[in-house]
Amino acid sequence: MTPQGGPHPAPDSAPDGLAVRLDNVSAAYGRHVAMREVCLSMRRGEFLGVIGPNGAGKTTLLTVLNGLARIVGGRAEVLGRPLTPATVGDLRKRIGYVAQLQEIDPLLPITVRESVLTGCFGRVGPLRRVPAAARRRTDELLALVGLTELARRPLGHLSGGEKQRTAIARALLQEPEILLLDEPTAALDWQAQRGILALIQELHERFGLTTLIVTHDLNTLPAVCSRVAYMKAGRVTWSGSPREAVDGARLSALYNIPIHVVRHGGRDHIIG
Amino acid sequence: MDWSLLQYGFMHKALLAGLLGGIACALTGVLVVTMRISAIGICVAHAAFAGALLGILLGAGPLGPAFLTSFLVAGILGPLTDKADVAPDTVVGILFSTMLGLAFLFLGLMTGPRTEALDLFWGSILTATWFDIKVLAAVTAALLLGLALFFKEIQAVLCHRAVALAVGVPATLVYYAMLFSVGAAVAASLRSIGGLLIYGLIINPAAAAYQLSYSLKRIFVLACLFAVGSSWGGLLLATVLDVPAGAMIVLLSTGIFVAATLLSPKSPRAASFLHRLQTAFSGRVSARDKARENTP
Repeated sequence: MTPQGGPHPAPDSAPDGLAVRLDNVSAAYGRHVAMREVCLSMRRGEFLGVIGPNGAGKTTLLTVLNGLARIVGGRAEVLGRPLTPATVGDLRKRIGYVAQLQEIDPLLPITVRESVLTGCFGRVGPLRRVPAAARRRTDELLALVGLTELARRPLGHLSGGEKQRTAIARALLQEPEILLLDEPTAALDWQAQRGILALIQELHERFGLTTLIVTHDLNTLPAVCSRVAYMKAGRVTWSGSPREAVDGARLSALYNIPIHVVRHGGRDHIIG
Repeated sequence: MDWSLLQYGFMHKALLAGLLGGIACALTGVLVVTMRISAIGICVAHAAFAGALLGILLGAGPLGPAFLTSFLVAGILGPLTDKADVAPDTVVGILFSTMLGLAFLFLGLMTGPRTEALDLFWGSILTATWFDIKVLAAVTAALLLGLALFFKEIQAVLCHRAVALAVGVPATLVYYAMLFSVGAAVAASLRSIGGLLIYGLIINPAAAAYQLSYSLKRIFVLACLFAVGSSWGGLLLATVLDVPAGAMIVLLSTGIFVAATLLSPKSPRAASFLHRLQTAFSGRVSARDKARENTP
Protein backbone atom coordinates (compact mmCIF):
# COMPACT_ATOMS: atom_id res chain seq x y z
CA MET A 1 0.00 0.00 0.00
CA THR A 2 1.09 3.58 -0.53
CA PRO A 3 2.52 5.30 2.54
CA GLN A 4 0.10 7.69 4.20
CA GLY A 5 -0.08 11.00 2.42
CA GLY A 6 2.05 9.84 -0.51
CA PRO A 7 0.97 10.14 -4.11
CA HIS A 8 -0.78 7.20 -5.71
CA PRO A 9 1.15 5.24 -8.32
CA ALA A 10 0.80 5.98 -12.03
CA PRO A 11 2.28 2.90 -13.67
CA ASP A 12 1.25 3.47 -17.26
CA SER A 13 0.12 7.03 -17.64
CA ALA A 14 -0.47 8.44 -21.08
CA PRO A 15 2.71 9.77 -22.69
CA ASP A 16 0.97 13.06 -23.42
CA GLY A 17 0.18 13.49 -19.70
CA LEU A 18 -3.54 13.09 -20.25
CA ALA A 19 -5.52 11.06 -17.71
CA VAL A 20 -8.73 11.20 -19.76
CA ARG A 21 -9.35 11.71 -23.46
CA LEU A 22 -12.84 11.50 -24.98
CA ASP A 23 -13.20 11.91 -28.75
CA ASN A 24 -16.81 12.31 -29.88
CA VAL A 25 -18.01 9.82 -27.29
CA SER A 26 -21.72 9.00 -27.11
CA ALA A 27 -23.27 6.78 -24.42
CA ALA A 28 -26.72 5.26 -23.95
CA TYR A 29 -28.92 3.55 -21.38
CA GLY A 30 -31.00 1.06 -23.32
CA ARG A 31 -32.34 3.03 -26.27
CA HIS A 32 -31.91 6.41 -24.60
CA VAL A 33 -28.77 8.26 -25.68
CA ALA A 34 -27.74 10.24 -22.59
CA MET A 35 -24.42 11.66 -23.82
CA ARG A 36 -23.69 12.81 -27.37
CA GLU A 37 -20.38 13.32 -29.16
CA VAL A 38 -18.52 14.59 -26.12
CA CYS A 39 -14.94 15.74 -26.62
CA LEU A 40 -13.11 16.24 -23.35
CA SER A 41 -9.63 15.74 -22.01
CA MET A 42 -8.14 15.99 -18.53
CA ARG A 43 -4.49 16.41 -17.65
CA ARG A 44 -3.03 14.41 -14.77
CA GLY A 45 -3.57 16.25 -11.50
CA GLU A 46 -6.34 18.41 -12.93
CA PHE A 47 -9.48 19.18 -10.89
CA LEU A 48 -12.39 19.50 -13.29
CA GLY A 49 -15.85 20.60 -12.18
CA VAL A 50 -18.84 19.78 -14.37
CA ILE A 51 -22.08 21.69 -13.99
CA GLY A 52 -25.34 21.70 -15.87
CA PRO A 53 -29.08 21.23 -15.47
CA ASN A 54 -30.69 17.90 -14.56
CA GLY A 55 -30.58 15.41 -17.43
CA ALA A 56 -27.54 17.11 -18.98
CA GLY A 57 -25.56 13.85 -19.02
CA LYS A 58 -23.20 14.68 -16.14
CA THR A 59 -23.63 11.35 -14.31
CA THR A 60 -23.36 9.52 -17.63
CA LEU A 61 -20.01 11.23 -18.21
CA LEU A 62 -18.75 9.80 -14.90
CA THR A 63 -20.11 6.34 -15.61
CA VAL A 64 -18.48 6.38 -19.05
CA LEU A 65 -15.11 7.05 -17.44
CA ASN A 66 -15.32 4.11 -15.04
CA GLY A 67 -16.82 1.81 -17.64
CA LEU A 68 -20.30 1.48 -16.17
CA ALA A 69 -22.08 3.11 -19.12
CA ARG A 70 -22.47 1.69 -22.62
CA ILE A 71 -20.43 3.65 -25.16
CA VAL A 72 -22.25 3.71 -28.50
CA GLY A 73 -19.92 5.99 -30.44
CA GLY A 74 -16.51 7.67 -30.42
CA ARG A 75 -13.31 6.70 -28.65
CA ALA A 76 -12.55 6.92 -24.95
CA GLU A 77 -9.08 6.65 -23.44
CA VAL A 78 -8.48 6.52 -19.69
CA LEU A 79 -5.01 6.49 -18.10
CA GLY A 80 -3.48 5.92 -21.50
CA ARG A 81 -5.57 2.87 -22.36
CA PRO A 82 -8.61 2.65 -24.64
CA LEU A 83 -11.79 2.02 -22.68
CA THR A 84 -13.06 -1.33 -23.98
CA PRO A 85 -14.81 -4.33 -22.38
CA ALA A 86 -11.38 -5.99 -22.20
CA THR A 87 -9.68 -3.13 -20.30
CA VAL A 88 -12.55 -1.82 -18.21
CA GLY A 89 -12.09 -4.33 -15.37
CA ASP A 90 -8.47 -3.28 -14.77
CA LEU A 91 -9.12 0.41 -15.27
CA ARG A 92 -12.03 0.42 -12.83
CA LYS A 93 -9.69 -0.69 -10.05
CA ARG A 94 -7.66 2.49 -10.62
CA ILE A 95 -10.65 4.84 -10.59
CA GLY A 96 -12.38 5.85 -7.36
CA TYR A 97 -16.09 6.53 -7.80
CA VAL A 98 -18.24 8.32 -5.26
CA ALA A 99 -21.84 7.92 -6.41
CA GLN A 100 -24.77 10.15 -5.53
CA LEU A 101 -26.07 9.81 -1.99
CA GLN A 102 -28.56 6.96 -1.80
CA GLU A 103 -30.96 5.63 0.80
CA ILE A 104 -29.46 2.67 2.63
CA ASP A 105 -31.51 0.09 4.54
CA PRO A 106 -30.88 0.84 8.24
CA LEU A 107 -30.84 -2.93 8.90
CA LEU A 108 -28.15 -3.63 6.27
CA PRO A 109 -25.52 -5.93 7.82
CA ILE A 110 -22.40 -3.93 7.05
CA THR A 111 -20.46 -1.56 9.27
CA VAL A 112 -18.76 1.64 8.17
CA ARG A 113 -15.33 -0.02 8.41
CA GLU A 114 -16.47 -3.05 6.39
CA SER A 115 -17.93 -0.75 3.76
CA VAL A 116 -14.68 1.22 3.44
CA LEU A 117 -12.73 -2.03 3.26
CA THR A 118 -14.78 -2.96 0.17
CA GLY A 119 -12.69 -0.37 -1.69
CA CYS A 120 -9.70 -2.70 -1.88
CA PHE A 121 -11.58 -5.86 -2.90
CA GLY A 122 -11.11 -5.22 -6.63
CA ARG A 123 -7.35 -4.77 -6.29
CA VAL A 124 -6.98 -7.71 -3.87
CA GLY A 125 -8.95 -10.00 -6.18
CA PRO A 126 -10.98 -13.13 -5.47
CA LEU A 127 -9.67 -16.06 -3.41
CA ARG A 128 -7.27 -13.76 -1.53
CA ARG A 129 -7.53 -12.47 2.01
CA VAL A 130 -7.57 -8.73 2.59
CA PRO A 131 -3.97 -7.88 3.58
CA ALA A 132 -3.23 -6.41 7.00
CA ALA A 133 -1.84 -3.30 5.29
CA ALA A 134 -5.25 -2.61 3.73
CA ARG A 135 -6.91 -2.93 7.14
CA ARG A 136 -4.42 -0.48 8.65
CA ARG A 137 -4.94 1.88 5.71
CA THR A 138 -8.72 1.66 6.24
CA ASP A 139 -8.27 2.89 9.81
CA GLU A 140 -5.99 5.70 8.62
CA LEU A 141 -8.53 6.78 6.00
CA LEU A 142 -11.38 6.63 8.50
CA ALA A 143 -9.35 8.98 10.70
CA LEU A 144 -8.62 11.21 7.70
CA VAL A 145 -12.32 11.65 6.89
CA GLY A 146 -13.25 11.98 10.57
CA LEU A 147 -15.14 8.71 11.00
CA THR A 148 -12.96 6.78 13.46
CA GLU A 149 -15.62 6.99 16.17
CA LEU A 150 -18.26 5.59 13.81
CA ALA A 151 -16.17 2.75 12.34
CA ARG A 152 -18.24 0.00 13.97
CA ARG A 153 -21.62 1.63 13.34
CA PRO A 154 -23.96 0.07 10.74
CA LEU A 155 -23.66 1.95 7.43
CA GLY A 156 -27.41 2.56 7.26
CA HIS A 157 -27.33 4.49 10.56
CA LEU A 158 -25.13 7.30 9.25
CA SER A 159 -26.24 10.79 8.28
CA GLY A 160 -25.94 11.92 4.66
CA GLY A 161 -22.61 13.68 5.20
CA GLU A 162 -21.18 10.71 7.07
CA LYS A 163 -22.25 8.36 4.26
CA GLN A 164 -20.46 10.57 1.74
CA ARG A 165 -17.32 10.58 3.90
CA THR A 166 -17.53 6.79 4.01
CA ALA A 167 -17.82 6.66 0.21
CA ILE A 168 -14.82 8.99 -0.16
CA ALA A 169 -12.71 6.87 2.23
CA ARG A 170 -13.75 3.75 0.30
CA ALA A 171 -12.76 5.32 -3.02
CA LEU A 172 -9.38 6.39 -1.56
CA LEU A 173 -8.66 2.87 -0.30
CA GLN A 174 -8.62 1.86 -3.95
CA GLU A 175 -5.50 4.04 -4.29
CA PRO A 176 -7.13 5.64 -7.32
CA GLU A 177 -5.37 7.72 -9.90
CA ILE A 178 -8.67 9.30 -10.91
CA LEU A 179 -11.39 10.28 -8.45
CA LEU A 180 -14.93 10.73 -9.78
CA LEU A 181 -17.51 12.39 -7.56
CA ASP A 182 -21.20 12.57 -8.46
CA GLU A 183 -22.88 15.43 -6.61
CA PRO A 184 -21.13 14.58 -3.34
CA THR A 185 -22.79 17.51 -1.56
CA ALA A 186 -26.36 16.97 -2.80
CA ALA A 187 -29.01 16.59 -0.07
CA LEU A 188 -26.55 17.72 2.61
CA ASP A 189 -26.93 20.66 4.95
CA TRP A 190 -24.79 23.76 4.46
CA GLN A 191 -22.15 22.81 7.00
CA ALA A 192 -21.79 19.27 5.65
CA GLN A 193 -21.50 20.62 2.08
CA ARG A 194 -18.62 22.89 3.03
CA GLY A 195 -16.94 20.13 5.03
CA ILE A 196 -17.13 17.59 2.19
CA LEU A 197 -15.84 20.01 -0.45
CA ALA A 198 -12.94 21.10 1.77
CA LEU A 199 -12.11 17.44 2.35
CA ILE A 200 -12.20 16.65 -1.39
CA GLN A 201 -9.91 19.57 -2.17
CA GLU A 202 -7.46 18.51 0.55
CA LEU A 203 -7.42 14.89 -0.68
CA HIS A 204 -6.99 15.96 -4.30
CA GLU A 205 -3.85 17.89 -3.44
CA ARG A 206 -2.50 15.43 -0.88
CA PHE A 207 -2.75 12.36 -3.12
CA GLY A 208 -2.01 14.09 -6.44
CA LEU A 209 -5.32 12.86 -7.86
CA THR A 210 -7.00 13.68 -11.13
CA THR A 211 -10.45 14.67 -9.92
CA LEU A 212 -13.73 15.15 -11.74
CA ILE A 213 -16.64 16.46 -9.72
CA VAL A 214 -20.22 16.88 -10.85
CA THR A 215 -22.11 19.29 -8.64
CA HIS A 216 -24.89 21.84 -8.35
CA ASP A 217 -22.99 23.85 -5.76
CA LEU A 218 -22.11 26.70 -8.14
CA ASN A 219 -20.92 29.00 -5.37
CA THR A 220 -18.18 26.69 -4.11
CA LEU A 221 -17.16 25.02 -7.34
CA PRO A 222 -14.82 27.72 -8.72
CA ALA A 223 -12.89 27.77 -5.44
CA VAL A 224 -11.96 24.08 -5.60
CA CYS A 225 -11.61 23.44 -9.35
CA SER A 226 -8.82 24.20 -11.78
CA ARG A 227 -11.25 24.06 -14.73
CA VAL A 228 -15.01 24.04 -15.17
CA ALA A 229 -17.07 22.46 -17.96
CA TYR A 230 -20.73 23.08 -18.76
CA MET A 231 -22.97 20.24 -19.93
CA LYS A 232 -26.38 20.54 -21.49
CA ALA A 233 -28.58 18.04 -23.38
CA GLY A 234 -25.86 15.39 -23.33
CA ARG A 235 -23.11 17.63 -24.73
CA VAL A 236 -20.19 19.59 -23.28
CA THR A 237 -21.11 23.10 -24.35
CA TRP A 238 -18.26 25.09 -22.81
CA SER A 239 -15.14 24.70 -20.71
CA GLY A 240 -12.77 27.24 -19.27
CA SER A 241 -11.26 28.69 -16.15
CA PRO A 242 -13.29 28.88 -12.94
CA ARG A 243 -13.19 32.69 -13.13
CA GLU A 244 -14.72 32.67 -16.63
CA ALA A 245 -17.27 30.05 -15.55
CA VAL A 246 -18.81 32.45 -13.04
CA ASP A 247 -20.50 34.57 -15.65
CA GLY A 248 -24.14 35.56 -15.35
CA ALA A 249 -24.93 35.54 -19.07
CA ARG A 250 -23.20 32.20 -19.65
CA LEU A 251 -24.87 30.55 -16.65
CA SER A 252 -28.26 31.97 -17.63
CA ALA A 253 -27.91 30.38 -21.07
CA LEU A 254 -26.88 27.07 -19.48
CA TYR A 255 -29.79 26.85 -17.06
CA ASN A 256 -32.37 28.78 -19.13
CA ILE A 257 -33.16 31.07 -16.19
CA PRO A 258 -31.83 34.52 -15.26
CA ILE A 259 -28.72 34.10 -13.09
CA HIS A 260 -26.83 36.99 -11.54
CA VAL A 261 -23.30 37.08 -10.18
CA VAL A 262 -22.77 39.41 -7.24
CA ARG A 263 -19.32 40.20 -5.85
CA HIS A 264 -19.34 40.43 -2.07
CA GLY A 265 -16.55 40.08 0.48
CA GLY A 266 -13.97 39.45 -2.23
CA ARG A 267 -15.93 36.49 -3.66
CA ASP A 268 -18.40 35.97 -6.46
CA HIS A 269 -21.84 34.80 -5.37
CA ILE A 270 -24.31 33.27 -7.80
CA ILE A 271 -27.97 34.15 -7.34
CA GLY A 272 -30.64 32.36 -9.35
CA MET B 1 -44.25 -38.90 22.50
CA ASP B 2 -42.92 -42.15 21.14
CA TRP B 3 -39.13 -41.48 20.90
CA SER B 4 -38.58 -44.97 19.45
CA LEU B 5 -39.45 -43.40 16.07
CA LEU B 6 -35.99 -41.84 16.06
CA GLN B 7 -34.49 -45.31 15.76
CA TYR B 8 -36.00 -45.91 12.34
CA GLY B 9 -33.95 -45.45 9.17
CA PHE B 10 -36.57 -43.24 7.48
CA MET B 11 -36.42 -40.86 10.43
CA HIS B 12 -32.62 -40.66 10.22
CA LYS B 13 -32.91 -39.78 6.55
CA ALA B 14 -35.64 -37.23 7.28
CA LEU B 15 -33.48 -35.55 9.95
CA LEU B 16 -30.49 -35.50 7.57
CA ALA B 17 -32.64 -34.03 4.80
CA GLY B 18 -33.86 -31.40 7.28
CA LEU B 19 -30.30 -30.55 8.29
CA LEU B 20 -28.91 -30.29 4.75
CA GLY B 21 -32.03 -28.76 3.17
CA GLY B 22 -32.27 -26.30 6.06
CA ILE B 23 -28.68 -25.14 5.61
CA ALA B 24 -28.98 -24.87 1.80
CA CYS B 25 -32.26 -22.92 2.01
CA ALA B 26 -30.98 -20.65 4.80
CA LEU B 27 -27.76 -19.74 2.98
CA THR B 28 -29.57 -18.79 -0.21
CA GLY B 29 -32.30 -17.13 1.87
CA VAL B 30 -29.78 -14.69 3.34
CA LEU B 31 -28.72 -13.74 -0.20
CA VAL B 32 -32.32 -13.18 -1.29
CA VAL B 33 -33.43 -11.31 1.86
CA THR B 34 -30.38 -9.04 2.07
CA MET B 35 -30.57 -8.09 -1.61
CA ARG B 36 -34.36 -7.71 -1.39
CA ILE B 37 -34.93 -9.92 -4.42
CA SER B 38 -37.57 -12.19 -2.88
CA ALA B 39 -39.70 -12.03 -6.03
CA ILE B 40 -36.79 -13.30 -8.12
CA GLY B 41 -36.26 -16.13 -5.63
CA ILE B 42 -39.94 -17.12 -5.77
CA CYS B 43 -39.76 -17.15 -9.56
CA VAL B 44 -36.70 -19.45 -9.54
CA ALA B 45 -38.44 -21.74 -7.02
CA HIS B 46 -41.47 -22.08 -9.28
CA ALA B 47 -39.23 -22.74 -12.26
CA ALA B 48 -37.72 -25.69 -10.39
CA PHE B 49 -41.22 -26.86 -9.55
CA ALA B 50 -42.37 -26.68 -13.19
CA GLY B 51 -39.19 -28.45 -14.32
CA ALA B 52 -39.70 -31.26 -11.82
CA LEU B 53 -43.26 -31.78 -13.05
CA LEU B 54 -42.03 -31.84 -16.65
CA GLY B 55 -39.46 -34.45 -15.67
CA ILE B 56 -42.15 -36.65 -14.14
CA LEU B 57 -44.37 -36.16 -17.20
CA LEU B 58 -41.55 -37.24 -19.53
CA GLY B 59 -40.48 -40.09 -17.26
CA ALA B 60 -37.05 -38.53 -16.69
CA GLY B 61 -37.50 -38.06 -12.94
CA PRO B 62 -37.97 -34.69 -11.22
CA LEU B 63 -34.43 -33.79 -10.13
CA GLY B 64 -32.51 -33.19 -13.38
CA PRO B 65 -35.22 -31.09 -15.10
CA ALA B 66 -35.75 -29.14 -11.84
CA PHE B 67 -32.09 -28.13 -11.84
CA LEU B 68 -32.18 -27.33 -15.54
CA THR B 69 -35.25 -25.10 -15.48
CA SER B 70 -34.23 -23.25 -12.31
CA PHE B 71 -30.78 -22.56 -13.80
CA LEU B 72 -32.39 -21.52 -17.08
CA VAL B 73 -34.77 -19.07 -15.39
CA ALA B 74 -31.98 -17.72 -13.13
CA GLY B 75 -29.88 -17.22 -16.27
CA ILE B 76 -32.72 -15.35 -18.00
CA LEU B 77 -33.75 -13.29 -14.96
CA GLY B 78 -30.27 -11.96 -14.16
CA PRO B 79 -29.54 -10.21 -17.47
CA LEU B 80 -33.17 -9.21 -18.10
CA THR B 81 -33.68 -7.53 -14.72
CA ASP B 82 -30.38 -5.69 -15.25
CA LYS B 83 -31.54 -4.19 -18.55
CA ALA B 84 -32.31 -0.51 -18.18
CA ASP B 85 -35.23 -0.56 -20.61
CA VAL B 86 -37.16 -3.44 -19.01
CA ALA B 87 -38.88 -3.03 -15.63
CA PRO B 88 -37.49 -5.83 -13.40
CA ASP B 89 -40.86 -6.35 -11.67
CA THR B 90 -42.55 -6.89 -15.03
CA VAL B 91 -39.98 -9.48 -16.12
CA VAL B 92 -40.27 -11.35 -12.81
CA GLY B 93 -44.09 -11.21 -12.93
CA ILE B 94 -44.24 -12.58 -16.47
CA LEU B 95 -41.75 -15.39 -15.80
CA PHE B 96 -43.42 -16.27 -12.49
CA SER B 97 -46.88 -16.60 -14.05
CA THR B 98 -45.39 -18.52 -16.99
CA MET B 99 -43.74 -21.02 -14.66
CA LEU B 100 -46.93 -21.46 -12.66
CA GLY B 101 -48.91 -21.92 -15.88
CA LEU B 102 -46.42 -24.52 -17.13
CA ALA B 103 -46.52 -26.36 -13.79
CA PHE B 104 -50.30 -26.70 -13.95
CA LEU B 105 -50.16 -27.60 -17.64
CA PHE B 106 -47.71 -30.46 -16.96
CA LEU B 107 -49.84 -31.59 -14.04
CA GLY B 108 -52.95 -31.55 -16.21
CA LEU B 109 -51.25 -33.57 -18.94
CA MET B 110 -50.36 -36.39 -16.52
CA THR B 111 -52.41 -39.54 -16.47
CA GLY B 112 -52.87 -41.94 -13.57
CA PRO B 113 -52.74 -41.22 -9.83
CA ARG B 114 -50.16 -38.36 -10.03
CA THR B 115 -48.87 -39.24 -6.53
CA GLU B 116 -45.25 -38.34 -7.25
CA ALA B 117 -46.30 -35.02 -8.79
CA LEU B 118 -48.62 -34.11 -5.92
CA ASP B 119 -45.87 -35.00 -3.44
CA LEU B 120 -43.82 -32.19 -4.99
CA PHE B 121 -46.45 -29.67 -3.87
CA TRP B 122 -46.04 -30.26 -0.15
CA GLY B 123 -42.95 -32.46 -0.07
CA SER B 124 -42.37 -35.75 1.65
CA ILE B 125 -39.39 -35.43 3.95
CA LEU B 126 -40.27 -38.73 5.64
CA THR B 127 -39.77 -40.57 2.36
CA ALA B 128 -36.43 -38.91 1.50
CA THR B 129 -34.08 -41.39 -0.17
CA TRP B 130 -30.31 -41.70 0.18
CA PHE B 131 -30.03 -40.32 -3.33
CA ASP B 132 -32.01 -37.19 -2.29
CA ILE B 133 -29.68 -36.78 0.68
CA LYS B 134 -26.54 -37.16 -1.44
CA VAL B 135 -27.82 -34.46 -3.83
CA LEU B 136 -28.68 -32.19 -0.90
CA ALA B 137 -25.26 -32.83 0.64
CA ALA B 138 -23.48 -31.97 -2.62
CA VAL B 139 -25.44 -28.74 -3.09
CA THR B 140 -25.01 -27.71 0.56
CA ALA B 141 -21.27 -28.42 0.45
CA ALA B 142 -20.92 -26.40 -2.77
CA LEU B 143 -22.82 -23.49 -1.23
CA LEU B 144 -20.73 -23.53 1.95
CA LEU B 145 -17.51 -23.74 -0.06
CA GLY B 146 -18.56 -20.87 -2.33
CA LEU B 147 -19.50 -18.77 0.68
CA ALA B 148 -16.18 -19.45 2.42
CA LEU B 149 -14.08 -18.76 -0.67
CA PHE B 150 -15.88 -15.66 -1.90
CA PHE B 151 -17.27 -14.18 1.32
CA LYS B 152 -15.79 -10.72 0.80
CA GLU B 153 -17.16 -10.46 -2.75
CA ILE B 154 -20.56 -11.79 -1.62
CA GLN B 155 -20.74 -9.27 1.22
CA ALA B 156 -19.79 -6.42 -1.13
CA VAL B 157 -22.44 -7.39 -3.68
CA LEU B 158 -25.13 -8.11 -1.08
CA CYS B 159 -24.72 -4.79 0.69
CA HIS B 160 -23.96 -2.43 -2.20
CA ARG B 161 -23.80 -4.05 -5.59
CA ALA B 162 -23.16 -0.82 -7.49
CA VAL B 163 -20.23 0.01 -5.22
CA ALA B 164 -18.81 -3.49 -5.63
CA LEU B 165 -18.97 -3.09 -9.40
CA ALA B 166 -17.32 0.34 -9.27
CA VAL B 167 -14.34 -0.88 -7.20
CA GLY B 168 -13.61 -3.71 -9.63
CA VAL B 169 -15.38 -6.68 -8.01
CA PRO B 170 -16.98 -8.91 -10.71
CA ALA B 171 -20.33 -7.98 -9.18
CA THR B 172 -22.52 -9.11 -12.06
CA LEU B 173 -20.91 -12.55 -12.09
CA VAL B 174 -21.31 -12.87 -8.31
CA TYR B 175 -24.96 -11.77 -8.57
CA TYR B 176 -25.76 -14.32 -11.27
CA ALA B 177 -23.98 -17.01 -9.25
CA MET B 178 -26.25 -16.12 -6.34
CA LEU B 179 -29.33 -16.59 -8.52
CA PHE B 180 -28.02 -19.97 -9.68
CA SER B 181 -27.38 -20.98 -6.08
CA VAL B 182 -31.03 -20.22 -5.24
CA GLY B 183 -32.04 -22.45 -8.15
CA ALA B 184 -29.75 -25.25 -6.98
CA ALA B 185 -30.98 -25.08 -3.36
CA VAL B 186 -34.62 -25.14 -4.45
CA ALA B 187 -34.15 -27.98 -6.93
CA ALA B 188 -32.28 -30.11 -4.39
CA SER B 189 -34.82 -29.51 -1.58
CA LEU B 190 -37.95 -29.76 -3.71
CA ARG B 191 -38.77 -33.42 -3.04
CA SER B 192 -38.21 -33.18 0.70
CA ILE B 193 -39.79 -29.80 1.50
CA GLY B 194 -42.24 -29.35 -1.39
CA GLY B 195 -42.69 -26.78 -4.14
CA LEU B 196 -45.29 -24.71 -2.32
CA LEU B 197 -43.51 -24.71 1.02
CA ILE B 198 -39.85 -24.45 0.07
CA TYR B 199 -39.97 -20.71 -0.17
CA GLY B 200 -41.03 -20.40 3.46
CA LEU B 201 -37.86 -22.20 4.48
CA ILE B 202 -35.77 -19.93 2.28
CA ILE B 203 -37.25 -16.62 3.38
CA ASN B 204 -38.42 -17.05 6.99
CA PRO B 205 -35.21 -18.19 8.74
CA ALA B 206 -33.12 -15.65 6.82
CA ALA B 207 -35.60 -12.86 7.53
CA ALA B 208 -35.62 -13.79 11.23
CA ALA B 209 -31.80 -13.78 11.39
CA TYR B 210 -31.72 -10.45 9.52
CA GLN B 211 -33.71 -8.93 12.39
CA LEU B 212 -31.19 -10.00 14.98
CA SER B 213 -27.72 -8.91 13.86
CA TYR B 214 -25.70 -6.39 11.88
CA SER B 215 -22.99 -8.97 11.25
CA LEU B 216 -23.44 -10.83 7.96
CA LYS B 217 -21.49 -13.84 9.23
CA ARG B 218 -23.73 -14.06 12.30
CA ILE B 219 -26.83 -13.73 10.08
CA PHE B 220 -25.69 -16.72 7.99
CA VAL B 221 -25.10 -18.80 11.13
CA LEU B 222 -28.41 -17.77 12.78
CA ALA B 223 -30.37 -18.42 9.58
CA CYS B 224 -28.91 -21.94 9.37
CA LEU B 225 -29.75 -22.61 13.03
CA PHE B 226 -33.32 -21.34 12.56
CA ALA B 227 -33.83 -23.35 9.37
CA VAL B 228 -32.46 -26.59 10.81
CA GLY B 229 -34.40 -25.95 14.05
CA SER B 230 -37.58 -25.41 12.01
CA SER B 231 -36.95 -28.57 9.98
CA TRP B 232 -36.28 -30.80 12.97
CA GLY B 233 -38.90 -29.16 15.19
CA GLY B 234 -41.48 -29.32 12.40
CA LEU B 235 -40.67 -32.93 11.76
CA LEU B 236 -41.11 -33.88 15.41
CA LEU B 237 -44.31 -31.85 15.74
CA ALA B 238 -45.69 -33.47 12.60
CA THR B 239 -44.92 -36.91 14.00
CA VAL B 240 -46.58 -36.10 17.33
CA LEU B 241 -49.63 -34.37 15.86
CA ASP B 242 -49.87 -36.61 12.79
CA VAL B 243 -50.01 -33.68 10.37
CA PRO B 244 -47.97 -32.95 7.17
CA ALA B 245 -44.30 -32.34 8.03
CA GLY B 246 -43.68 -29.69 5.35
CA ALA B 247 -46.50 -27.53 6.69
CA MET B 248 -45.22 -27.76 10.28
CA ILE B 249 -41.66 -26.90 9.17
CA VAL B 250 -42.80 -23.72 7.43
CA LEU B 251 -45.22 -22.71 10.20
CA LEU B 252 -42.49 -23.14 12.80
CA SER B 253 -40.11 -21.00 10.75
CA THR B 254 -42.84 -18.34 10.55
CA GLY B 255 -43.15 -18.45 14.35
CA ILE B 256 -39.40 -17.94 14.68
CA PHE B 257 -39.60 -14.95 12.33
CA VAL B 258 -42.42 -13.38 14.38
CA ALA B 259 -40.50 -13.89 17.63
CA ALA B 260 -37.30 -12.48 16.10
CA THR B 261 -39.13 -9.42 14.83
CA LEU B 262 -40.74 -8.77 18.22
CA LEU B 263 -37.42 -9.14 20.03
CA SER B 264 -35.23 -7.55 17.35
CA PRO B 265 -32.47 -5.37 18.81
CA LYS B 266 -32.65 -3.48 15.49
CA SER B 267 -36.17 -2.30 16.35
CA PRO B 268 -36.01 0.74 18.70
CA ARG B 269 -39.11 -0.41 20.62
CA ALA B 270 -37.87 -3.96 21.09
CA ALA B 271 -34.37 -2.73 21.96
CA SER B 272 -35.82 -0.47 24.65
CA PHE B 273 -37.91 -3.37 26.05
CA LEU B 274 -34.88 -5.68 26.09
CA HIS B 275 -32.81 -3.00 27.80
CA ARG B 276 -35.45 -2.60 30.54
CA LEU B 277 -35.68 -6.37 30.94
CA GLN B 278 -31.90 -6.69 31.21
CA THR B 279 -31.72 -3.91 33.76
CA ALA B 280 -34.55 -5.41 35.83
CA PHE B 281 -32.86 -8.82 35.98
CA SER B 282 -29.32 -7.55 36.54
CA GLY B 283 -30.43 -5.19 39.31
CA ARG B 284 -28.09 -2.53 37.93
CA VAL B 285 -29.08 0.93 36.81
CA SER B 286 -27.51 2.05 33.56
CA ALA B 287 -25.96 5.46 32.98
CA ARG B 288 -28.81 6.21 30.58
CA ASP B 289 -31.45 5.48 33.23
CA LYS B 290 -29.51 7.47 35.84
CA ALA B 291 -29.42 10.43 33.50
CA ARG B 292 -33.14 10.05 32.91
CA GLU B 293 -33.84 9.90 36.65
CA ASN B 294 -31.75 13.01 37.26
CA THR B 295 -33.59 14.94 34.59
CA PRO B 296 -36.09 17.25 36.31
